[in-house]
Amino acid sequence: MDLSYGPEYEAFRAELRRFLQEHRGEAPRAGFGEGLLTDTQLAPWQRLLVERGYAARTIPREYGGGGFAADPLIAAIIAEEFRSHGVPGPASGQGIDMLVPTLLEHGSEEQKRRWIPPTVRGELIWCQGYSEPGAGSDLASLTTAGRVEGDRLVVNGQKIWTSTAHVAQMMFGLVRTEPDAKKHAGISYLLIPMDTPGIEVRPLRTMTGHAEFNEVFFTDVRVPLVNLVGRRGEGWKIANTTLRHERDMLGSASTSEGLFHGLVKTLIEERVDGSRALADPKLRDQLAAIQARTLAMRCHAMRLLTARVRGESAGVASLVTKLNGCQLNHDLAGLAIDGMGEAGTLHRDSARARDGGRWLFHWMFQLGLVIGGGTAQIQKNIIAERGLGMPREPKP
Amino acid sequence: MNFGLSDEQRLLDAGVRRFLAERLPISRVRELRDAGQRFDRDAWKELAALGVVGCLVPERFGGAGLGVLDAAVIATALGHGAAPLPFLGPCVMAPLLLGELGSPEQQQSWLPRLAAGEVRVAVAAAERVERRQDAGVRAESGRLSGVALFVLDGVGADAFLVPAGDDLWLVPASAPGLEVRPLPTLDATRALAELRFAAVEPAERLGAARGAGAALDRAIDVARALLAADLLGCCDRALELAVAYAQQRSQFGRPIASFQAVKHLCAEMAAAIEPARALVWYAAHAFDALPEEAALDASLAKAHLAEVASFVVRTATEVHGGIGFTDECDLHFWFKRAALGRQLLGGPSRLRARAADLQGWGA
Repeated sequence: MDLSYGPEYEAFRAELRRFLQEHRGEAPRAGFGEGLLTDTQLAPWQRLLVERGYAARTIPREYGGGGFAADPLIAAIIAEEFRSHGVPGPASGQGIDMLVPTLLEHGSEEQKRRWIPPTVRGELIWCQGYSEPGAGSDLASLTTAGRVEGDRLVVNGQKIWTSTAHVAQMMFGLVRTEPDAKKHAGISYLLIPMDTPGIEVRPLRTMTGHAEFNEVFFTDVRVPLVNLVGRRGEGWKIANTTLRHERDMLGSASTSEGLFHGLVKTLIEERVDGSRALADPKLRDQLAAIQARTLAMRCHAMRLLTARVRGESAGVASLVTKLNGCQLNHDLAGLAIDGMGEAGTLHRDSARARDGGRWLFHWMFQLGLVIGGGTAQIQKNIIAERGLGMPREPKP
Repeated sequence: MNFGLSDEQRLLDAGVRRFLAERLPISRVRELRDAGQRFDRDAWKELAALGVVGCLVPERFGGAGLGVLDAAVIATALGHGAAPLPFLGPCVMAPLLLGELGSPEQQQSWLPRLAAGEVRVAVAAAERVERRQDAGVRAESGRLSGVALFVLDGVGADAFLVPAGDDLWLVPASAPGLEVRPLPTLDATRALAELRFAAVEPAERLGAARGAGAALDRAIDVARALLAADLLGCCDRALELAVAYAQQRSQFGRPIASFQAVKHLCAEMAAAIEPARALVWYAAHAFDALPEEAALDASLAKAHLAEVASFVVRTATEVHGGIGFTDECDLHFWFKRAALGRQLLGGPSRLRARAADLQGWGA
């Protein structure tokens, strides 16, 4: 066990700290409620980060990245430092985190050169067109259809839970192109310009009061066949290589730690009967219990990072991050609200709301993440079947 | 960055597990229980020869000179095996206290014999955490009176380390006026004792007058981290048994492991156990490398593992259905070991209160 990163990594960290101190004024301010993802305001900052090797670090140079070898420790240091400085880090989101790795693995040379560089610079925003009203946990039952007409695919159908669709210029999505093939074999992976006639985006307002998602409707949307990634009918396989990235993105230990520190501060500042809310021993008990869970997830993340560095499988441990992390984040916000009592329920427009109503937002938004990106119940199937070797439910 | 067990620690883990599987399989643990024994003397001797008993004794005294994380690897294996062997008294708290407080003569006299498994020393630590019922030992004119309860590994010990205030006294089991009574708990794999002192003259003191408090608290914290490790081993075994049983048991024409209701229980156990494993490693490692936060980490880890283990052993029992409630099914050995482990040296609420105090939350 050695929790230090070693001198060369610490030198990298020191250099990054100098950069952050010098340039933090240029960083856009992070808000909440606009969804998880990047937007165009981030682009100048993102370009600077790419230039300095703090973003798109491992993307090959010919596609606009830094061309460095993948190094999980460097990635961890970058994430830690941006977070501890309270500065938005390298642009994340579905274009950079899911589409770019997919194109690198499955895209044609022309697709890589055309789409990766502007995505990496933060100039091209993507949305993910996977879920449909009738295809959630059973994603492969999707019915949005792509019919071949000459050199075009004509797309009809509907997508839902499409974050950033209202700002995105492009969608990567799954459409059924082979209606006669078996369920999983009839799906293709398609890049769809969002300004194509026939696309309508409707904001989907959620329980948080914000519209973090959209519905996207397709009526005879004509997309060039060259925008297919991989061959027709290979879309399911291709999408699955990147779904894993999404699961690791959700429920990260850094988010939980940030929420925990905010929670302690809130419970110390909140006055109850003239004392800090934490004067209540029952609340201290709950805070210590959730601190242990938060610390366990930090340690768990270090364990998984080590496994990646060693190139080892962490077994069932690698499958439990999302299930634990999202529930923990929801509980952290719930405890803050409990500690504030009625004041915890104040709407963000209320003059007495704390922190702009941030805890209420997190509490509800994190419940959404317990469900999104593979529900808790689907996660449990995965843990039991892939992690513990238990048999699948027989097909009816 | 290297968060995980080293190759040596994996070998140690495999070695202890192999030894327990061969020498103390659960059938043997059951035999000992049926015979009313909570200690396998032959297995203990062999474990000493393997260097496990002296794991925390420095090499110059014949021990293995290992760290607390190594000891946690051993503790997890002992929990996994529900091993009826002493550990936290003679292998952990006693050597730590002798190492920190003992005079050169005391160390020379005790540590080599502890490492060799020739003597067993238990520590009457429970009252340092909380005094229950009529417990409490006083020193008056150099003699000890009163009662010490829940002395872990106390049955059959050759000597005791007994706190009275901030003094720590060494008392041979044979000292006139000392009565050692077994204190049977639901856990058949661990031997707790009640010590009754009637004006007992201790053999000697460890450390300076009123100078043992900090060392005692640290030894108790190490023991807590290792109790967390033991609870982790109990969890691992309970989940293994539950998954194996669910694969083999059929109802409605198929293995119950194929039903989501059963699978989800097992997934919830695994999801609780894996981050807890990382927490146990971290809390143990803190004593080796992060001393300023070790007390906090030990409290958090033991409180957390107590909760995780309560959930896991109960859920594993439910996965077994009716058979899980029988004595014939082995699972209850871990259910009971976890139930005792949860309470030893501070239950979860006591330890969370301590964690809160260490961080000044109530002030």
